[in-house]
Amino acid sequence: MDAYALLVAATLNAGTVLAIAGLGLLINERAGIVNLGAEGILLVAAIAGFACAVHTGSDWLGFGAGALAGAAMAGALGVLVIWFNTNQYATGLALSLFGSGFSAFVGIGYVQERLTARPHFAIPGLADLPFLGTALFRQHPLVYGAMALAAGLAWFLARTRAGRVLRAVGESPESAHALGYPVRRIRLAAVLAGGALCGVAGAYLSVVYTPLWVEGMVAGKGWIALALTTFATWRPGRVLLGAYLFGGVTMLQFHLQAEGVQVPSQWLTMLPYLSTIAVLALISRNPAWIRANMPASLGKPFFPGN
Amino acid sequence: MLRLEARPTPSRAMSWLSPLLALAVTVVIGVVLFALLGKDPARGLAVFFVEPFRGAYALSELAVKATPLLLIGLGLALCYRANVWNIGAEGQFVLGAIAATWVALHAGPGTGRWIVVALLAAGAAGGMAWAALVALLRDRANANEILVSLMLVYVADQLLGYLVYGPWKDPAGYNFPQTITFLEATRIPRLFTGLRVNAGFVAALVAVGAFWLFLFRAFAGFQLQVGGLAPAAARYAGFSSRRALWTALLVSGGMAGLAGAFEVAGPLQQLTPYVPAGYGFAAIIVAFVGRLHPVGILFSSLLMSLFYIGGELAQSRLGLPKSLTGVFQGLLLFSLLACDTLIHYRVRWRPRHAAARGAA
Repeated sequence: MDAYALLVAATLNAGTVLAIAGLGLLINERAGIVNLGAEGILLVAAIAGFACAVHTGSDWLGFGAGALAGAAMAGALGVLVIWFNTNQYATGLALSLFGSGFSAFVGIGYVQERLTARPHFAIPGLADLPFLGTALFRQHPLVYGAMALAAGLAWFLARTRAGRVLRAVGESPESAHALGYPVRRIRLAAVLAGGALCGVAGAYLSVVYTPLWVEGMVAGKGWIALALTTFATWRPGRVLLGAYLFGGVTMLQFHLQAEGVQVPSQWLTMLPYLSTIAVLALISRNPAWIRANMPASLGKPFFPGN
Repeated sequence: MLRLEARPTPSRAMSWLSPLLALAVTVVIGVVLFALLGKDPARGLAVFFVEPFRGAYALSELAVKATPLLLIGLGLALCYRANVWNIGAEGQFVLGAIAATWVALHAGPGTGRWIVVALLAAGAAGGMAWAALVALLRDRANANEILVSLMLVYVADQLLGYLVYGPWKDPAGYNFPQTITFLEATRIPRLFTGLRVNAGFVAALVAVGAFWLFLFRAFAGFQLQVGGLAPAAARYAGFSSRRALWTALLVSGGMAGLAGAFEVAGPLQQLTPYVPAGYGFAAIIVAFVGRLHPVGILFSSLLMSLFYIGGELAQSRLGLPKSLTGVFQGLLLFSLLACDTLIHYRVRWRPRHAAARGAA
């Protein structure tokens, strides 16, 4: 029984990176900008967060550094895509390629570094419950942060004026512009916020999840997070669930190995990527459903016309 | 303040100038980077842009690196012109290498040279099969080809790892993850003794001509491009978008697989976990910088090859990390996209208050 409790706990932990990055990308995409640079942002934020944590000894400063790095990279994309009207997909790809090269370059000096002993978290009282205690209440604060973020984002998009303006910009920037909203600035704000969240996710990966730096350690989580927003039909709650699903698939490989299943490790490592493909195939089968849920201006350039 | 004003028609001059401008911007940033790293910028530029041309061996190395970039880049250009975004060329490259290795491992002491043709065909087929998965999922399930092809890159890497750590591991290889060194009969013929440039480079040059003919002189190529530029018009004209999708992916997958076969049976002569050297991703940049035009791609593949060689030289001569190459490549694409804006917009100086108020 205890093994399953640990599996649930590990799933929540693994899913948090995808959840935070996915929610950040959701903010972008709700405003109409698709950020294919997510992988690059996660990589640069991972090394930024790790380096900061190594030098300052503080995890939270590491998260801050990751957020700043993410916002900076996303800002570069934002300026090019929003003001220069470059192709969103190509620019995002360029950012990813740059990010993988840049993170490898900066990270050279940090490959052997180690962080101070990781603290263990436990909610007093709740952590001692028989099954749920191990499963749910011994997590890093950011795990609960991701859940709160999903709830908060859902409320923001549905119930607040600012959230509705964001959604309007994503559905029809021309109409929002005609109503007098500063469409380009709102989009930039969304891109920066999304980039900062991706940055926090990247720093979480290198500071908490696997506290080390290896070139390319993100291993495709940025792309999976992108698939996640489509899979979740752009709803925060579903992004969270999807993230935990993929986290579970990732953890499954370790669980199976612990159970002594005799499958070469590479086949198990393939599981998250194969399941992403499977999910994408299943979700996209009905193009009308995707179109009904997708922000209408996603990926399309906006020309204010003045 | 500076404003961007739409041009009435796209500027042809800027279409040619933009890659050069992007290169200039990248060089400038490079100089700044060198200075920040404490190295002499002039020496850094010399190592990157002059040293790789010194002597026959250097030029041969340039061609060796350019071969896979050119082959993959041509295929990707065709794909992108059809508006199919195949980002997984790296995975198709790996599958081509795997397929070619499978053929090469069957060679015996008495095998003739025909096996080279067989392994090249296998490589192309392997890449095509991997790309066919992407085409199938896009065709039947409407799945986004960017994400599917990317996920397949990671799957291909794991497959490669499984093979070289497991069934294909050289029993006499001291437990290193590598296959046996291929037999002499499987080696791609070299062009000059003592130099590493091989028939792959010739094949790539021939491909430049072939792709030019296909894109600009063949009806099928025309259909593909119309489908990419104006899908509604293509539908009206009866051009099959399904055929365009499959052609684009199979051709680009086949080229990437072929490049993988040339690489593994040429310079490498064995299969290792280091076969995926990022050529599939660099080729995306090659395709864009070359303006998706076969002749442009010939030049941009040589330029990208220059970055690779320069990076290796910078590592050995200046002690700079090899990952600098990746930084420059990313910067080049980024600057190209920014400079491309100038094709459709011009920069104008508009005084903020006076003229606007006066006009209103």
